Amino acid sequence: MAVAYPFSAIVDQDEMKRALLIAAVDPSIGGVLIFGDRGTGKSTAVRALASLLPPMRVVKGCRFQCDPSGDRSQCLTLCKSDHAHNTSSTDMMPVPVVDLPLGATEDRIVGALDLERALTRGEKAFEPGLLARAHRGFLYIDEINLLEDHLVDLLLDVAASGENVVEREGLSIRHPARFVLVGSGNPEEGELRPQLLDRFGLAVDVKTPTEIASLMEVVRRRDAFERNPTGFVARWRPDDEKLRDTIVAARARLPDIELTDRALETATRLCMTLGSDGVRGELVLVRAARALAAFEGEVSINDSHLRRIAPSALRHRLRRNPLEGGSDARVERAIKEQFGS
Amino acid sequence: MTTDPSTRAVQWVDATLAATLLAVDPASLHGVALRAPAGPARDMWVSQLRDLLPAGLAVHRLPLSITDDRLLGGLDLTATLRSGRRVVQSGLLASANRGLVIVPMAERLAPPTARQIAAVIDTGVVRTEREGLSLKTPSQFITVACDEGIGEDEQLCDALRDRLAFHLDLSAAGPNSLIEPEFDRNEVALARERLPLVEVSDAAIEALCAAALALGIRSPRAVMFAIAVARSSAALDASPTVRDTDLAAAGRLVLAPRATRLPAPAADQDEPDSAEDTADDGQDPTPPTPPEDQSDDSKPDSATLEDVLLNAVTAALPDDLLAKLDQAAKSNVRHGAAGNSGTTRPAALRGRPIGHRQGTPGSGHRLDIIATLRQAAPWQPMRRAERQRQKSSTSAPLIELRRDDMRIKRFAQSVSQTTVFVVDASGSAAFQRLGEAKGAVELLLADCYIRRDRVALIAFRGDKAELLLSPTRSLTRARRALASLPGGGGTPLAAGLTLASDVAETIARQDETAVIVLLTDGGANIASDGLPGRPRAEADALASAQRLKAAGLRSLLIDTATRPQPLAKRVAEAMNAMYITLPNADASSISTAARVLDDRQPHSNARAGRR
Repeated sequence: MAVAYPFSAIVDQDEMKRALLIAAVDPSIGGVLIFGDRGTGKSTAVRALASLLPPMRVVKGCRFQCDPSGDRSQCLTLCKSDHAHNTSSTDMMPVPVVDLPLGATEDRIVGALDLERALTRGEKAFEPGLLARAHRGFLYIDEINLLEDHLVDLLLDVAASGENVVEREGLSIRHPARFVLVGSGNPEEGELRPQLLDRFGLAVDVKTPTEIASLMEVVRRRDAFERNPTGFVARWRPDDEKLRDTIVAARARLPDIELTDRALETATRLCMTLGSDGVRGELVLVRAARALAAFEGEVSINDSHLRRIAPSALRHRLRRNPLEGGSDARVERAIKEQFGS
Repeated sequence: MTTDPSTRAVQWVDATLAATLLAVDPASLHGVALRAPAGPARDMWVSQLRDLLPAGLAVHRLPLSITDDRLLGGLDLTATLRSGRRVVQSGLLASANRGLVIVPMAERLAPPTARQIAAVIDTGVVRTEREGLSLKTPSQFITVACDEGIGEDEQLCDALRDRLAFHLDLSAAGPNSLIEPEFDRNEVALARERLPLVEVSDAAIEALCAAALALGIRSPRAVMFAIAVARSSAALDASPTVRDTDLAAAGRLVLAPRATRLPAPAADQDEPDSAEDTADDGQDPTPPTPPEDQSDDSKPDSATLEDVLLNAVTAALPDDLLAKLDQAAKSNVRHGAAGNSGTTRPAALRGRPIGHRQGTPGSGHRLDIIATLRQAAPWQPMRRAERQRQKSSTSAPLIELRRDDMRIKRFAQSVSQTTVFVVDASGSAAFQRLGEAKGAVELLLADCYIRRDRVALIAFRGDKAELLLSPTRSLTRARRALASLPGGGGTPLAAGLTLASDVAETIARQDETAVIVLLTDGGANIASDGLPGRPRAEADALASAQRLKAAGLRSLLIDTATRPQPLAKRVAEAMNAMYITLPNADASSISTAARVLDDRQPHSNARAGRR
């Protein structure tokens, strides 16, 4: 397998990087949607995430890479037949970042019965699909706006419930599938159904560089990477490691980040000004701000966190008037109103 | 298009050079989008390329109708059942490793297929997650996408085109002016070995980036291709560094075909003014203003390099670039519509079959018998054994089918409708109410958006009507087209209606339904032939309106005049349109009208079914 481009070597695109890092700190934020032009490095960023994330502890031999300290009820019923399964010992494995390839069939996404075992031994054995593989990690779908509707529905359902249910040959299997759904696409090629938009926690817009300096930097680094991938990755390893340590520290700090009444009020007012539907926007805004605060080593959420994360948390929830030019402008205006310029 | 012999010769020089460079560095350059009709010119180019590539290279032709299991690989069911273990049948993209993939009629390649090829180009790996198989097969190949399209509407889908370094046009190149490559296979192989040794200076990178920005190209990928081309060109001549001529070749072959605007005449250090109104806005290619004073402190050689580069590019730009850009900006029919798999609604009963999915027949779905049997086949021994164990009294059926085996057919057929907005942007309408008309269109657009319908926008003013936006589902483009709608001039109502029926006819040919929404004050004063004169203009308008009625199109006329006009009403009658007046129309009444329009349509149950 080819080496992935290092996350820290990505030039600019701060909003995208921030959203992905926040999702890494707090996966419960609920998915990241990345929309933008072709060739802006959307896929590169998500694939880079895989080698950036700190490894996770799993139950040894568990086919669903369950967390030894988490809820194991499902894991115990599902994995008990596995010989390798050992409840007392644990293993470390990299956080999965599963790339959903185009043309994947439904049976491979949700999982199916193992054909070979059925043919050779007449046994019904469940063969986990991509959803299982993505458990506790990320599931990435490039060109999500082009994915067939029934598959998008399925993915969002599983992502929301954290559980995948497969019924086949009289077997009924439920397994945990908690993952951060990351979708990317080019809006010029078709939009995502509005109902699906707000099921993503964060939405970011990426743009191609317009400044010569940043275009040059993108090109220079890309060229260096392509000519000598391992050398390039080695050069950026210290930065990636620093970022990884920050993520680990942020996760530990997350539960202790204080949400002051003032910050909560600010978040609520911001959502009201924008008329974003439901409480989801507010919830995500606060959570994302908390993750950002944790990432930056703060003890409580302040205006700057809210302000920086508000566009990503809210821009895709302004459903009142889907046509008013640029929801970004509206978010910007509301932020100015709230915080002053 | 010019076709004099010298132009043809130039085309061949570049085409032959492109083939040579591609042969030097196929791993970075990936391939070529070759626009040419099937014929000797194209064949000769391909054989030139093959002569430059290592001998014995496998050539694979990718048929348009290729299915996912043939493209990506799948389960060989017969062999699997016979042997009792999984037998994999490898797909074309995996077998093509280290070979050449030729795609004839690439302009008609289904967008999902094009994207699958693009994904393999990006990652160098074919990923198969199908029918219980989970495979990763490394594969790198050269793609020659033969685009036989005519006109800008018909071309290879952008997702794949973007990933091929060269965009060649040989449609005007006769086979007679063919030029022998300057290098042969062995020299190319030597150049390939020299590639890692070629240095690309910072000044060269800067020049390429600046030239790309000046031409409205912002994709780093294009610049990467340009660098790779410059490097290959230097390697061919055994030069240790990239020289001016190499940069010029890169500019001509990679940047020029991707230009979205003309560079400023004296381009020093172009700063594109803002993200929004540069690259995407082909309709108004404003030359950027070169900031004078800040170019002095930068390295002088990069500025000269850039001059060399821009001169090379400008010389290579087609004369009709502006016209083409204009055209491309307006008609993104193929990229916008066909590029969207949301357009191809499954669950219809007609259209091109595009595979199957799990589900039960009925309610608008048809059983795919073969796929269902295929699904059930592997489980038969197990089910039979189960049945015997349970000692079921009923006699065993030949094939035991279960509900989960059921596969239903999916068809690439859109049951969605396209709403064609025909907006009167004439002086009479513009000054008073164009803004409000735009508002009304926005309301309706919002409805279309929710229903996932496509929209098209026609404006008429002066002496003609213009299709500002071909049918698209992209809200972004619809919004942009509407915002930039100009106003003023006469009212060629007849021309607007004629164009509307033409567009509706095209839509009908794509098996979709069209709905016309006309916004006018009815003050027609320009006849079909573009000449002024109220009586003839009115007669022509009524005639055109009747043509719409004859085509059986459902329509809505929104009278934008301050006081309702008799002619508007007569036009509405002639085209059998619903008639509402804007002064009385608020958001809700327009929405209601749109809904009534929707309810009148015969496909309403199909529509409900796909929700």
